Amino acid sequence: MVWQLDFWLLALLVVTAVVALQVRDLLAAVAVLTAYSFFMALLFAEMGAVDVALTEAALGAGVTGVLFVVAIFVTRRRSKD
Amino acid sequence: MIQKHESIVIQVVARALVPLILLFGVYVIVFGHYGPGGGFQGGVILATGVILHRLCLGRDFSHRTLPPGLAGGAAIAGLLLFGLMGIVPMVFGGAFLDYAHLPLPGYSTVDLRYLGIGIVEVAIGLAVMGASVVIFDSLAGGDSDA
Repeated sequence: MVWQLDFWLLALLVVTAVVALQVRDLLAAVAVLTAYSFFMALLFAEMGAVDVALTEAALGAGVTGVLFVVAIFVTRRRSKD
Repeated sequence: MIQKHESIVIQVVARALVPLILLFGVYVIVFGHYGPGGGFQGGVILATGVILHRLCLGRDFSHRTLPPGLAGGAAIAGLLLFGLMGIVPMVFGGAFLDYAHLPLPGYSTVDLRYLGIGIVEVAIGLAVMGASVVIFDSLAGGDSDA
């Protein structure tokens, strides 16, 4: 474990999480959430949990992003709140 | 709602990439004994390959090449195979998923456990891949072109 890498990955996690919550365009929110999942996978891998990192990279950054995008295309793109 | 993407670059890259993604998914499933990976992760990677095919090459072509019924069939087959691997050792005197009691003559206990966990990983991979593709198809497969 390298604490500098951990620190910057955690800072990026917080930034992407806040941006995903605050942005009004839901498609942009999905893109930022995918980036969040990718940084989470990097953090898991850096901490030695390679199995969890593989799951997070495949599921969080792959399939759920696509499913969210499809759901947005079926519904509306702008957030109401 | 999903048409063929108009860019030739994306079509060619998708056609080249999908077999590699599927191969990597199979590798992750089979390599699950020895390293990171396993049935769930490999199944999700297989599903991403199929979904990329659906997204980039259009619904008509993709449904002809990889039919949606096949995905549902894979999910059901994986579930049944997992249940079978659990029930058969119970019938032959073991516990649920106790591969040492599989009725295969000529295998040692260690080999039986090795074989059993491999088959269970393949079953989980099939079920996860099929279920993910079925979720995607039922979300995107409607005739609304919004």
